Amino acid sequence: MKNIDFLMAGVGGQGTILASNILAEVGLQLGYDVKKAEVHGMAQRGGQVDSHIRWGEKGYSPLVEENNADYMIGFEMLEAARFPHFLKAHSLALVNDYRINPPLVNLGKATYPSKKEIETLILERADKVLWIEGTGIAKNLGNPAMVGVVMLGALSTLIGGDREAWLDVVGRMVPQKFVELNK
Amino acid sequence: MKKLMTGNEAFAYGAYLAGVRVGAAYPGTPSSEILANYAKYPGVFAEWSPNEKVSLDVAIGASYAGTRAMSTMKHVGLNVAADSLFYAVYTGLKAGLVIVCADDPNMHSSQNEQDNRNYAKFAKCPMIEPSDSEEAKQFVGLALDMSEQFDTPVIVRSVTRLSHSSTPVEVTDQEPPPPPEELPAYERNAQQFVMVPANARRRHPVVEERLKQLAEFADSTPINYIEPGDSKLGIVSAGVSYHYAREVFPDATFLKLGMVYPLPEKLIRKFADQVETIVVVEELDPFLEEHLKLMGLEVRGKDIFPILGEFSPSLVRSCAVEAGLIEAPEAPPEIKSSLDRPMRPPMLCPGCGHRALFHVLREAGVVVTGDIGCYTLAFAPPLSAMHTTGCMGASIGVAHGIDKAGVKDDVVAVLGDSTFLHSGVHPIIDVLYNQGSSTTIISDNNATAMTGFQEHPGTGKTIQGRETKVVDPEKLVRGIGYEKVDICDPYDIDKMEEILQDHLKSEEPSVIIARHPCVLSTREKHTPPEVDPEICINCGICLDIACSPLVQEEDHVRIDTLLCNGCGLCVKVCPQEAIIEK
Repeated sequence: MKNIDFLMAGVGGQGTILASNILAEVGLQLGYDVKKAEVHGMAQRGGQVDSHIRWGEKGYSPLVEENNADYMIGFEMLEAARFPHFLKAHSLALVNDYRINPPLVNLGKATYPSKKEIETLILERADKVLWIEGTGIAKNLGNPAMVGVVMLGALSTLIGGDREAWLDVVGRMVPQKFVELNK
Repeated sequence: MKKLMTGNEAFAYGAYLAGVRVGAAYPGTPSSEILANYAKYPGVFAEWSPNEKVSLDVAIGASYAGTRAMSTMKHVGLNVAADSLFYAVYTGLKAGLVIVCADDPNMHSSQNEQDNRNYAKFAKCPMIEPSDSEEAKQFVGLALDMSEQFDTPVIVRSVTRLSHSSTPVEVTDQEPPPPPEELPAYERNAQQFVMVPANARRRHPVVEERLKQLAEFADSTPINYIEPGDSKLGIVSAGVSYHYAREVFPDATFLKLGMVYPLPEKLIRKFADQVETIVVVEELDPFLEEHLKLMGLEVRGKDIFPILGEFSPSLVRSCAVEAGLIEAPEAPPEIKSSLDRPMRPPMLCPGCGHRALFHVLREAGVVVTGDIGCYTLAFAPPLSAMHTTGCMGASIGVAHGIDKAGVKDDVVAVLGDSTFLHSGVHPIIDVLYNQGSSTTIISDNNATAMTGFQEHPGTGKTIQGRETKVVDPEKLVRGIGYEKVDICDPYDIDKMEEILQDHLKSEEPSVIIARHPCVLSTREKHTPPEVDPEICINCGICLDIACSPLVQEEDHVRIDTLLCNGCGLCVKVCPQEAIIEK
């Protein structure tokens, strides 16, 4: 059983925590020992949210070690740009093509980096950055808050594993009215 | 069957399984979800107490009555509850009493990073420390057994990374022991439970003798154990740090401590005889390290690992490499490009009533002594409208002290409704009694918003959803004797300003209740206003209210309609009348 370490990064209110719960639950269904860590508390006030999810045969630390993550799932471009040092060589980044300005940028006191700059930075570690129109797709499905499930959908096609396990967990953990949208 | 649970969910589950029937707490990150989860189990009584001291007294009372009980709190909550902890250690109990207390290394959501293991030694109270959710579940039950065996409260220590991390927990069909069929009589034993000096003097030797027995227990309990490995390096660790160390030193011999006070000296010596070098891996204070050194052992610890902040596998590894304990691992290429990535500090939410209040306070130029809650965020630029914050309830006493010392400035104290009921009532009595003239503003949003909208005595509901009496802050302060009391929705900024000026001029101690319900709680939302780019001169005055949907573009301000709550505060502050309500 191969160990897989994931890092998720987003902004409070984007559904990062629900998505990380789903990803951890899928790991458990697939038979892994699972560890997950996150810090919340100030998240609802537009702060940064990062979640560490580890699938392995036997895990110890709930935190992913720097230089070791296999996948980074960025819910927001700038948040994705904070964590390339966690990625191992030949890793993969999935990034929602979506920008939420930090207050300092809104106040005109800081600059939001360009998409190109962010991609260049992540590519120093990752083999590839997959840009996903997560928020756009979720909006088309009728609910922009479902971006997490869209990101997980993309991730599931990369990792593989039992399609039913993914659908089953999403079905259990996402409010029923959204489940149909998520299929 | 295995289920993923956070440490906090597992503490609650463990308490339920072990037959805890009374649980009390005041919310505080990272501990809040313990009681919130416990309250959902059948057949239990749970309460949000006004503060941690009350919660511990309630749990002690339940235990005196013969019922297993639990009090939970964050690390600084134990400062508030310390008086009660110390007497309960002296009196002992009738049934198991567990205190689950969560430290916050790195201060993710706290004012300090005190290491509460020191409380175990200080109060002479045993402490155990789980390292993952399965242990969190088990250790609560174990703590209650220990509590009954040794007739003492037992502290279970958590940290943020345990409380908020999820790991698999074995769930069973096991039911908690049933409550007694008939109510027991209260057993009266004043010699044990009335701590007048004569009785307390008799109890102190009992406490000392108990500690000796607990030290022997520490040597035999299976939660302290040696994991054999290479004899060159011996690692001593407990709690979440153990897991980081396990990743970094896979071949070492380990002494894994589940019980951190008192320590198992025989087991420690046995371990010391097996290894060449002893290294203690512990977050925050050198608590274990100092004890081992007092035992005369040669130990390394804080010369390798920091005393500040939170550990991680990356940090433990880099310190270990630097100290020459391990080889540097093969690493991917260094990241060369440097990119300026602006931080995203938490802000008051769009539509938050605190913002309107602090806008008025800043415009009035007053000194604001602040308190603990969402509104503490008003200290940050561009609001920059709070000048002190120390701990829960400090605002009022600090304002009174400044008032008595005398400064040119006007000073007001600001605290939230939940914080006021937590520890603001005594200082507000002090201002009145000692002839102060300061003004206290209760920024009342009808919720304990910061920690997740928990109910409190002012909301009219209990943690278990029952309707209850509302403690009205206005009636409370009038009852105490305040005569100058005003209530105002801070969104009416002209009226708020007028009331504030009136109170500042007055020599009488006074209270303003600035009342606006938390919008996250009520989910109130209105149509966002629009900026007329023809009228907007891009002066930036609206940006000073620190509302995230307001975006400064090249020649005018824009409103991000996805984020905007439609509260209309920016409409009121725009001097050009360029922001138009829809």
